[in-house]
Amino acid sequence: MRLAFSFTRWWGVVMKEFLQLRRDRLTFGMIVGIPVIQLVLFGYAINSDPKHLPTALVLGEQTGFTRSIETALHNSEYFSLVTAADEQEARTLLAQGKVQFVVSVPQDFTRRLLRGEHPAMLLEADATDPTATGGALAALQGIVASAASRECRGALAFLRGKPDPFQFIVHRLYNPEGLTHYNIVPGLMGVILTMTTVMMTGLAMTRERERGTMENLLASPVSPLEIMTGKIVPYIFIGHVQVAIILLLSFLLFDVPFLGNPLALYVAALLFIAANLTVGVTLSSFAKNQLQALQMTLFYFLPNIMLSGFMFPFAGMPKWAQAIGNILPLTYFNRAVRGILLKGYSWTDLWPHLFPLLIFCLVVMSISARFFKKTLD
Amino acid sequence: MTDPAIDVKHLCKSFHGRRVVDDVSLTVGRGEIYGFLGPNGSGKTTSIRLMCGLLTPDKGSGTCLGFDILQESASIKRRVGYMTQRFSFWEDLTIRENLEFVARLYEMDRRRETVDLAIENLGLQGRANQLAGSLSGGWKQRLALAACMLHKPELLLLDEPTAGVDPTARRDYWEELHKLAAQGISVLVSTHYMDEAERCHKLAYIAYGKLLATGTAQEIVASQKLFTLAVRGDGLAALAARLEAMPEVAQTVMFGTALHVSGTDESALQGAVNGTSSGYEVTPVETGLEDVFIYMMNHSRDNFGARP
Ligand SMILES: Nc1ncnc2c1ncn2[C@@H]1O[C@H](COP(=O)(O)OP(=O)(O)O)[C@@H](O)[C@H]1O
Ligand SMILES: [Mg+2]
Repeated sequence: MRLAFSFTRWWGVVMKEFLQLRRDRLTFGMIVGIPVIQLVLFGYAINSDPKHLPTALVLGEQTGFTRSIETALHNSEYFSLVTAADEQEARTLLAQGKVQFVVSVPQDFTRRLLRGEHPAMLLEADATDPTATGGALAALQGIVASAASRECRGALAFLRGKPDPFQFIVHRLYNPEGLTHYNIVPGLMGVILTMTTVMMTGLAMTRERERGTMENLLASPVSPLEIMTGKIVPYIFIGHVQVAIILLLSFLLFDVPFLGNPLALYVAALLFIAANLTVGVTLSSFAKNQLQALQMTLFYFLPNIMLSGFMFPFAGMPKWAQAIGNILPLTYFNRAVRGILLKGYSWTDLWPHLFPLLIFCLVVMSISARFFKKTLD
Repeated sequence: MTDPAIDVKHLCKSFHGRRVVDDVSLTVGRGEIYGFLGPNGSGKTTSIRLMCGLLTPDKGSGTCLGFDILQESASIKRRVGYMTQRFSFWEDLTIRENLEFVARLYEMDRRRETVDLAIENLGLQGRANQLAGSLSGGWKQRLALAACMLHKPELLLLDEPTAGVDPTARRDYWEELHKLAAQGISVLVSTHYMDEAERCHKLAYIAYGKLLATGTAQEIVASQKLFTLAVRGDGLAALAARLEAMPEVAQTVMFGTALHVSGTDESALQGAVNGTSSGYEVTPVETGLEDVFIYMMNHSRDNFGARP
């Protein structure tokens, strides 16, 4: 009696898939190209150190103190100052997108500062594209604060060293949620993996059907499970190569920290890649040809990037969108990766994000085994 | 084992409500080369797929090498070599890689030697590392046959293996088949070529999903009780049109310089032909397989061809 699962046959499928991949230049280019291109495009669009951002300075008074702030902003290169007569005009400029920031120093600021009344300075930012302005916003606060502290000498020296001689009030306009590149770059890992792995397995299976070679496979003793798992293995390997590329680039180009355990990331990626591959295999059972497989991949891809918390903050989404997001593997993988990279998650922290992936794999795998066509009917 | 290689009864298969295989029963003995003939779209490929478990019949039952086609397709697959109509090996793998993969799929022992031997038998030693996709049509067919034979099957199902292959290569191919049959391997082969049909031990003719005749070539010819006259001379096309219109004439077929005129009633046919063909050379000839096949096809079209 022969075993239902034959290692020889399975290994045959794995090797064949690797051989075919090796000859498929385009796919090979995609494996390396997609992570690099996406990371660089996304990452730099988000992280590019913003220089010469137009900023309106509205001064309610002219003192040595305000002049010092003005000079500091000038010297920083981050901002190019636009003169605005009053608050009203500055607001209009901001609304029209002609300036990105408005810094308002109210009347009597210096005097109240001297009296130790902790006067407030208002910073308004156009946060429509929060990722572009986030960094500059932080820089702006720093520059103003250090200019102020330099100004605190002589008669004002007593203010130095004391906590917060004055306070900033920051208004992020148009988009109160701020995202940073630290958030986006790890998120890209899941997005890239989703796109490439689902698509590649989907294509690998339908290609077999489209070229007629599936008939040959089905006429041989190889079992559906051997075909499906055998075809998945090379792409698990490829997925990990992509993870390595992404990690390397995000470290080299974007200084994204890696606080957690590399093994944890490896395990999370393994589960996530497997989840995507089972989706790819399942989609391909329904697709008649490679074009349909591609279309289905896109169909799967869209809710994943929209509703997984990659594009929009998960907590801010409506309940129905969260419900959909909660069944998508990318949602959990995003949290896991951000947790591992940025927060140094331990295994216990990680587990709640891993086991949904595991369940997803098992469910989808059994669906795809159910729908795998053993015949040509 | 004395089970026939193939023994199927009343196989039916419909696609989208259309009967593609209609009540096909077929017995192929061990060591027999069984020819499967019929026009395009008549259901040959579908029948073969039903026999090796690639399709499930709507109705009917049967055995293949003694295994039930409905229940034991795994056992059948291990013992049958199926060569698809379209080249279905991996064009982006080399000849050797293809054969090695097939050897693994059938869990063969001593794969390396088997593959080496197959490549040697093919005469492809120098080109073993060439991609299968770069082979010419004839070579592809030979590679496909070699790959089907690799696991030493007891039964070969060959679906139009020589379509688009040049005559010399076809002759070699058939010599190979006869050698295999002599070793006791059974072969079911579908084809369009009459010369190939004549080389089969037995034949089945299928049209519009229905099996119209089975048996040896002689039996099939005899079963239709056709009489044929060969007419030679000038302006045969016009003559053919006139003859076709006569009720005594079942069909006319051009064979090179001769017009074959067939009918079911010998004397009536002779009378009709002699009456219209004065000045032509008329000789009685033996009815050939091709005459019979054309007759059967036209006949079946009249009977069931009108169905949607
Ligand atoms: N999978 C299928 N789905 C729908 N129709 C099919 C399928 N396979 C074959 N057919 C139809 O069945 C008929 C018989 O096809 P086939 O068995 O390939 O004939 P042959 O091999 O004799 O040329 C054709 O009309 C073909 O269009
Ligand atoms: Mg066919």
